[in-house]
Amino acid sequence: MVEGIDLQRSFVELFSGLGIDPEVARVMWMPLPMLAVVTIATVGALAATWLERKISAAAQQRIGPEYAGPFGLAIPAADVVKLLIKQTVVPANADPLLFVLGPVIVFISVFLSFLVIPFGENLVISNVATGIFLVIAISSIAPIGLLMSGYSSNNKYSLLGGLRAAAQSISYEIPLALAALAVAMMSNGLSTVEIVEQQAGWGILSWNVWRQPIGFIIFIIAALAECERIPFDLPEAEEELVAGYQTEYSGVNFMLFYGASYANLFLSALLVAILYLGGWELPFPIDKVAELLNIAETNPIWQLIAAFLGVTVILLKAFAFIFLAILLRWTVPRVRIDQLLDLGWKFLLPIGFANLLLTAALKLAFPGAFGG
Amino acid sequence: MKLAQGVEIVSLLVLTVMVVAAALGVVLSPSIVYAAFLLGLVFLGIAGMYLMLNADFVAAAQVLIYVGAVNVLILFAIMLVNRRKVYREVKLGAVRQLVAITVCVSLFALLLYTNLNTVWLLTPEVKALPSVIVALGQHFFNEYLLPFELASVLLLVALIGAIILARREFIPDRQVENLELVERPKELIGVGEE
Repeated sequence: MVEGIDLQRSFVELFSGLGIDPEVARVMWMPLPMLAVVTIATVGALAATWLERKISAAAQQRIGPEYAGPFGLAIPAADVVKLLIKQTVVPANADPLLFVLGPVIVFISVFLSFLVIPFGENLVISNVATGIFLVIAISSIAPIGLLMSGYSSNNKYSLLGGLRAAAQSISYEIPLALAALAVAMMSNGLSTVEIVEQQAGWGILSWNVWRQPIGFIIFIIAALAECERIPFDLPEAEEELVAGYQTEYSGVNFMLFYGASYANLFLSALLVAILYLGGWELPFPIDKVAELLNIAETNPIWQLIAAFLGVTVILLKAFAFIFLAILLRWTVPRVRIDQLLDLGWKFLLPIGFANLLLTAALKLAFPGAFGG
Repeated sequence: MKLAQGVEIVSLLVLTVMVVAAALGVVLSPSIVYAAFLLGLVFLGIAGMYLMLNADFVAAAQVLIYVGAVNVLILFAIMLVNRRKVYREVKLGAVRQLVAITVCVSLFALLLYTNLNTVWLLTPEVKALPSVIVALGQHFFNEYLLPFELASVLLLVALIGAIILARREFIPDRQVENLELVERPKELIGVGEE
């Protein structure tokens, strides 16, 4: 395996060259990836809100935001400012500590998962061996935050909404994990980087979506339900529960919920891209192109171009999923809570198991094509 | 590696304080909901401890199972069963507490004794493992295959048993519904009299 771009090493070398202790340079490097992750997640979520507005408007044959900035691009920033300067109201007799802590837990559990999302060969914060398992484990903390905020609001509807949201989140986690497990089985590892590398080689032909079509569909449905997107937006369905667990929230606390939900959508989109659509791999094998053009793989300029293309491609794939999610919002009616739980437990779960068995059988039968 | 050691010691201290304080909170907090939330914090702290012991898979499994499943289940149970009950004074309450204190202190003494009299360092050098997943899978499917399969069958049996127990048998009672409106006949208002 050829070492690609290693930003940390270059950074440390640069500062060591300036006469700074390498240890100190490493400490100086530490906050940068964290900042980068928070920035990427935030910008992705803000872009998702803007897209939501624009595509919704197009679906309803209106224009959508256009005055704030070109094409209304400044609207997400305006949203943030508006929510920041709003007053934070804590209801009377509510539990103030849990009330504030609930949205924070939801927010952190989403943003923490971005640690293992790779945007390129070396553009990942920590390439841990338990990558995709870690994402699933961390996202299972979110229901505690939902329950906490539902309970502490001192409101029957919020409590019920919190319980419903947690129930939905738990019941769709299992099909999601089963779908991810089938992919992990094929790529002989849980690391997100390994999963993408296993899909390299033949360009679009070697993406997991062709080998895991059932798992792909299960994952998309479960991811939509995890993000509480229409048609599974029951926790905050306007007509039924008056915005569920977030009824009493205002100002910054509401922004945490809102931001976490869009960051979660962005995260799910990135996961779909990594697990099934080949991550940062282009639709054509880029190594072969390099060979054809007679460029060495260690050429720095070529590596820069390849990394840039990779980041662009993974973002394109992710935003294609977000586009799909927004289109679904305007084309599919909402389900009821009993239909939602039926779908999760009686339909997706057995199919997920069947898919897992099928993958195992195919892996034993065709070890070449299914990662033996 | 001065930096790494410093980080290790600081995280160990933070995790220890977090786990002990949260565990004390679980026991001493008068509010049962607070106790349940603090239990989640204890589990998270334990997961952090596993991470420091180089057991990344166990740490993630701890978060997934204990924080994500067990603790949420406990919270559900607490929030759905909301019965306020006034506790009566227990006779011989002091004796009870004395017994509890004795048991706790002796248990602590036993643990302390074990801790101080065991040679913990099995190998003189500590190697950083790449990851435990491969080794774990090999053990599961070689020598521990039978216990593993037995445990999964047991869990399946428990799951199906729980579903059978939870499923309510609907006994249809054939009561003919009275569709008439229950309404008192109104007295007519006299019009045009006097």
